[in-house]
Amino acid sequence: MKGTLKRLARVFVGYGIKILSLLLAVSVISFTLVSASPVDPVQQYILGLGTAVSPEQRAEIESYWGVHEPPAERYLTWLSQVLRGNLGESAIFRRPVADIIGERFVNSLALMLCAWVLAGITGFALGCVMGMYQGRLPDRLLKKACYVLSSVPTFWLGLVFLLVFSVWLKWFPIGFSSPVGVLSREVTLWQKLHHLALPAFTLSFLSFANIALHTRQKLVDVLNSEYVLFAKARGEGPFTILRRHGLRNILLPALTLQFASFAELFGGSVLAENVFSYPGLGSAVSAAGLQGDVPLLLGITLFSALFVCAGNLIANLLYGAVDPQIREVGK
Amino acid sequence: MEQTRKALLEMRNISVSFRMYGRGLEQTDLRVISDLHLTVYPGEIVAIAGSSGSGKSLLASAILGILPPNAAVRGDLQYKGEALTPERQKWIRGREIALVPQSVAYLDPLMKVGPQTDGYYKPTKKRRMLFERLQLPASVERLYPFQLSGGMARRVLVSTALVTGARLIIADEPTPGMSIEQALEALRMFREMADEGKSVILITHDIDLAVEFADRVAVFYAGTTVETAPASDFKAGPEALRHPYSKALWKALPQNGFEPIPGFQPYAGNLPEGCLFAPRCPYKTEQCEKQVPPMLEIRGGEARCFHGA
Repeated sequence: MKGTLKRLARVFVGYGIKILSLLLAVSVISFTLVSASPVDPVQQYILGLGTAVSPEQRAEIESYWGVHEPPAERYLTWLSQVLRGNLGESAIFRRPVADIIGERFVNSLALMLCAWVLAGITGFALGCVMGMYQGRLPDRLLKKACYVLSSVPTFWLGLVFLLVFSVWLKWFPIGFSSPVGVLSREVTLWQKLHHLALPAFTLSFLSFANIALHTRQKLVDVLNSEYVLFAKARGEGPFTILRRHGLRNILLPALTLQFASFAELFGGSVLAENVFSYPGLGSAVSAAGLQGDVPLLLGITLFSALFVCAGNLIANLLYGAVDPQIREVGK
Repeated sequence: MEQTRKALLEMRNISVSFRMYGRGLEQTDLRVISDLHLTVYPGEIVAIAGSSGSGKSLLASAILGILPPNAAVRGDLQYKGEALTPERQKWIRGREIALVPQSVAYLDPLMKVGPQTDGYYKPTKKRRMLFERLQLPASVERLYPFQLSGGMARRVLVSTALVTGARLIIADEPTPGMSIEQALEALRMFREMADEGKSVILITHDIDLAVEFADRVAVFYAGTTVETAPASDFKAGPEALRHPYSKALWKALPQNGFEPIPGFQPYAGNLPEGCLFAPRCPYKTEQCEKQVPPMLEIRGGEARCFHGA
């Protein structure tokens, strides 16, 4: 028990150092990129004010913000603020960046979680079916479908779904996370889910073909192994083999893949949220990028890096906890 | 005496070939076992001896019907006097015929040894007794296969078959890696099984050990049985043996002079036309190179040789 705690502590400290250094690198690179870009934060800020500003006032703002200081100094000022928890104020929303991220992330999380679970379960199940019927008709058909799906861009798929399910069939709303013209405190959970369904479905299509193909390949490898041959020699039928040996041996790689897919999930949510005008982190990042909202852009960049790191950390910890071959050696 | 009893397993003219795809659409059948004869009676241990690549392990898969889909089996295979069809094979696997596989790779790496040995019929109590007899500590059942030493793994593999209560056990190299005491104990258990009326096919490299415990020895060469002889003939020496290859094998044993014969065992796809041993045989004649010799009864054994003596 004590050994396990020690090991866990070591793992966390190790990962903590890795994640911190990665975040530092991400902050340097994104700050450099923004500084080098033609985006003028002062101009964007003034535009957001909505009133005319005289050249003198503008110069005052510039010196107050330290625009003319060397980039390294500006970076350190920004970083020291970030470390104190101040991510700045968004130029387009006129509110603290941390608040916007928190609020948008809840929406995105609901969306990503639904898509993630849906993709994980259907992908895994389809992969098992394909693996079991390897080389036969169900496998060949499903495999082709998966190849097509994994090469279709998410935003296009989103548009098709909108057209079919919202415009023609009118099953789902066209966009947003709640009905138009209803106060936010009066929105029911059912309405929220109704708005969530189609974007989540679209987003799940991004990764489920990949998961299915990976699961299939892994199951085919397992079924060709010597231990499955021996299981056959002991009289186990194909479904007993799947239950006793197949699932056991393909679940681990599937779980790892699932947690390592946070990056794709986040990337996909940017596209899906834009297509469905869904107010999540993904649509906020594209708005920030298009309208030159530097504080929001940097804030979301750092946050998404943290999010992806967390996914990878969970995948690694899970592997160590579930796979006896790694767990026992760790002792 | 054995000949009057009813055979448990009878293989006549068994051939196994694999369909291979060469360049383009070219398709060839690679014959790995040809004209194999083997009969196993109740209550006996038949050892199968031969060098690597002689088709010993494939034989087990062929009997159990677990060859890969691109393999084709021809010939007459009978179990308890009835043809062993794929449906019957499905039924007898793990019930009537059990396999002791060759290595720890045949165990599921993520399943603990105890439940894995039990299989899905769960004879846990019987298995614990077996583990004790094979000197496996009780804690072994909670280990994963990768935590077993080589000798432990072999004993676990032997247990997987003994626990089933099968009528016939096919043991594919069961003893390497065990200490001599453990190997003797495992073989003694096979012997006990045989004395109870069950049968064992013992596939092995270790001719000395095989001769000690087996009733008969079948000698494999290039995918066929060249000779089946009572085990005592192997103790008696080359004069008692019938086929030139068996004699050469005997002479090649360390205690019998360690004397090799020139040449190599031919591989599948490159087999000679007549007798498979002809290219290396000191007694070959023109007939041997053109015609496959039939299995002939000689002095209480069988040999596939025109000049067998």
